[in-house]
Amino acid sequence: MAPLPLALPFAALEVGQHLYWQLGNFKIHGQVFLSSWVVIAALLAVVVVGTRRLERDPRGVQNLLEFLWDYLRDIAREYIGEKAYRDWLPFIGTLFLFIFVSNWGGALIPWKLVHLPSGELGAPTADINTTIALALLVSLAYFYAGLSRKGFRYFEYYVEPTPIMLPFKIVEDFTKPLSLSFRLFGNILADELVVAVLAFLVPLVVPLPVMFLGLFTSAIQALIFATLAAYYIGEAVHEEHH
Amino acid sequence: MDSLTSAASVVAAGLAVGLGSIGPGIGQGTASGGAVEGIARQPEAEGKIRGTLLLSLAFMESLTIYGLVVALVLLFANPFS
Repeated sequence: MAPLPLALPFAALEVGQHLYWQLGNFKIHGQVFLSSWVVIAALLAVVVVGTRRLERDPRGVQNLLEFLWDYLRDIAREYIGEKAYRDWLPFIGTLFLFIFVSNWGGALIPWKLVHLPSGELGAPTADINTTIALALLVSLAYFYAGLSRKGFRYFEYYVEPTPIMLPFKIVEDFTKPLSLSFRLFGNILADELVVAVLAFLVPLVVPLPVMFLGLFTSAIQALIFATLAAYYIGEAVHEEHH
Repeated sequence: MDSLTSAASVVAAGLAVGLGSIGPGIGQGTASGGAVEGIARQPEAEGKIRGTLLLSLAFMESLTIYGLVVALVLLFANPFS
């Protein structure tokens, strides 16, 4: 189907148009890879710069990184629990930082300056493949967390408090990644669409408040994804006290 | 795509977002009202209440977003075209 008929140069919107790369038998969305490489490079650069000369009194980038680390540790500790959070802090932190920088990068980096033959650059999280990959990683992570910590006792969780809960808990394993991925994808795409439609109607000043709202919701979505991932892992490693 | 399918898709997309926002709207109103009451009763707990409120608002928000995803699929990736 044809993309939305938006013709203004700074508000063009191409839904469903992709830059396809052929990789073996797969067609992959090249624009997502390009923008996520930029995001990964930016994150790596900040971390390398911030940790190159560590000081006892943190200043500048090191200060920012220590603040972030504290923040993420608090999330992980609150939801995973005192015993297991250290193993999962890197995972939760990486998820949060990647999603956060992707969301904000999609809104703040002037991607329009780069012209692609097809499709457009934007937030990597506005593509459903990225979010489904992240959500499936979370699924694998909490299964691994539960099985490695409790062994086959992990499956007791499915029949607690009563075996009547078994079907619901099994369905839950499928709805967890579904809702995680759709929530992130829908929010980011909706944000970009609303800004694009408003910018098409009134190109100046008027879209600004919506853009700020978009920045706010994207930050909250990153927090929610990380929080839920931590919560699911915490649920899997939680020991019942009898 | 024939005109009947596209007309039905557009109507359905509108309904998906419109109907899907009723429930979360009511829920978000109730939740925010409860949070305001809580803050009025205990102003020192404002920070904690705000954090929980934002998180739960985002959960409710995602229900509308599911409707939006359905609408977007109908408009841009229609399986019946």
